[in-house]
Amino acid sequence: MTHAIELQDLHKRFGQNEVLKGIDLTVDPGQVVCVIGPSGSGKSTLLRCVNLLEQPTKGKVYVQGVELTDRDVDIDAVRRHIGMVFQQFNLFPHMTALQNVMIAQQRVLKRSKTDAEVIARENLDKVGVSDKCDSLPGQLSGGQQQRVAIARALAMNPDLMLFDEPTSALDPELVGDVLTVMRKLAEEGMTMLVVTHEMGFARQVADRVVFMDGGVVVEDGVPAQVIGDPQHERTRTFLHRVLHPEE
Amino acid sequence: MADQPKTAEPARGGLSPRKRQQISRGIQYVVLVVALVAVALFADWGSLAQNFAKLDVARESLPELFTVALRNTIIYAVGGFVFSFVLGLLLALMRLSQVGPYRWIAIIYIEIFRGLPALLIFLMIVFMPLALSGFEVPGGTYGQGILGLGLIGAAYQAEVFRAGLQAVPKGQTEAARSLGMSATRAQITVVIPQAIRMVIPPTTNQFVALLKDSSLVFFLGVSGQYVELAKFGNDQASQHANATPILVAGITYLIVTIPLGYLASRLEGRKGRTR
Repeated sequence: MTHAIELQDLHKRFGQNEVLKGIDLTVDPGQVVCVIGPSGSGKSTLLRCVNLLEQPTKGKVYVQGVELTDRDVDIDAVRRHIGMVFQQFNLFPHMTALQNVMIAQQRVLKRSKTDAEVIARENLDKVGVSDKCDSLPGQLSGGQQQRVAIARALAMNPDLMLFDEPTSALDPELVGDVLTVMRKLAEEGMTMLVVTHEMGFARQVADRVVFMDGGVVVEDGVPAQVIGDPQHERTRTFLHRVLHPEE
Repeated sequence: MADQPKTAEPARGGLSPRKRQQISRGIQYVVLVVALVAVALFADWGSLAQNFAKLDVARESLPELFTVALRNTIIYAVGGFVFSFVLGLLLALMRLSQVGPYRWIAIIYIEIFRGLPALLIFLMIVFMPLALSGFEVPGGTYGQGILGLGLIGAAYQAEVFRAGLQAVPKGQTEAARSLGMSATRAQITVVIPQAIRMVIPPTTNQFVALLKDSSLVFFLGVSGQYVELAKFGNDQASQHANATPILVAGITYLIVTIPLGYLASRLEGRKGRTR
């Protein structure tokens, strides 16, 4: 079976700073994999290597059997099938919510304006912001913006979705709305790689949890094991800090 | 000492700071009044009125002041502005290009045209037919004026655009690329529209500068239907041996430039609120 994502001996270096020190990781179709770990552990860089927003220094990235690190690959064509959601939403501020969800459908997939609008409205409805179609991103709350961003990615009919700390920039009371949408996606069978600090979400929704620290994968397993019964001291320390921040 | 309330301590000379401020302000008013009285007494008001505010001379410049001179000023300014807008955007994109030679060409152009006096550029345009025999700028005098203003304006506009393009957050390009847009498509659809929005206020100021610089068309040796405000004022002044038309031309410039300046600062304020 072809893996949805396969990383082989992935290295990434920024100048003197080696952020990823040889990562091997696979995600199978329909799986939800959460990546957790302290800040600076390389989780976001790892995610950004999967759609080549960061060019790996060494190693290979396969998405659905296609090697992205091959220089002859049409990366724009591959990215069409990989949805990405950013911590800072990155909606286009000069377009309404509806236009944000339509623009890539029209320009990249060459869908007609009518088709693009129908699909955009469906997806905005799905994430629960259909009443905000004509609002500009600046007029929306963080939670609404992030849901529009998810709709924008979904409208491209991606085969898998990457989430880069999707709730970290949100006010606490808005986190739930976004997680609910992500949970729904997971239930529909979407393949998801999620960098997150939401342990509750990871525990309940993820098929696997990957704990990273210092640019390597320390632990990789089902949530009950990695979060519930971590084998490594580093994982235990991290989880203790996250789950009991006041101590 | 520490818990003693801090009251106004007596200042040097026994005057409180407030008192000293009052005296200082009083002196400023006295100086102003003396200066105004001196101007009123010593200026030759009759001669000034005769030379700068003669109503019948002013009246004679109508309607050509508006139908010819202002109209031409606007033609030169708008034409030069469009030219500089397009070339400026191109230069800014070259300036930020990954390809070294494009960057160098843009830098050299920008440095040259910002470093030279505008007048010198216009003189070069005048003398160009000598160097390139048979060469003629299309559009005659309009073409020459627009070319000169456009070439100079583009250098400044390029820097304005560069600042705008660099101010668009990197996440915008990343979001566009992650949706499968090519680098060019992302620039056109996502980055450039935002950059243009951001640079509207400085661009308005650029237009005002260009409008004033359109007076340099004077040195192209324009006449008749091509004259703009400055040349028109000059011609009328010579004709009547009276400076009133210069004042009239000046006021006409201000009628256009001051509202535009206000517009620019208002747009600046609005930008601050929305982003």
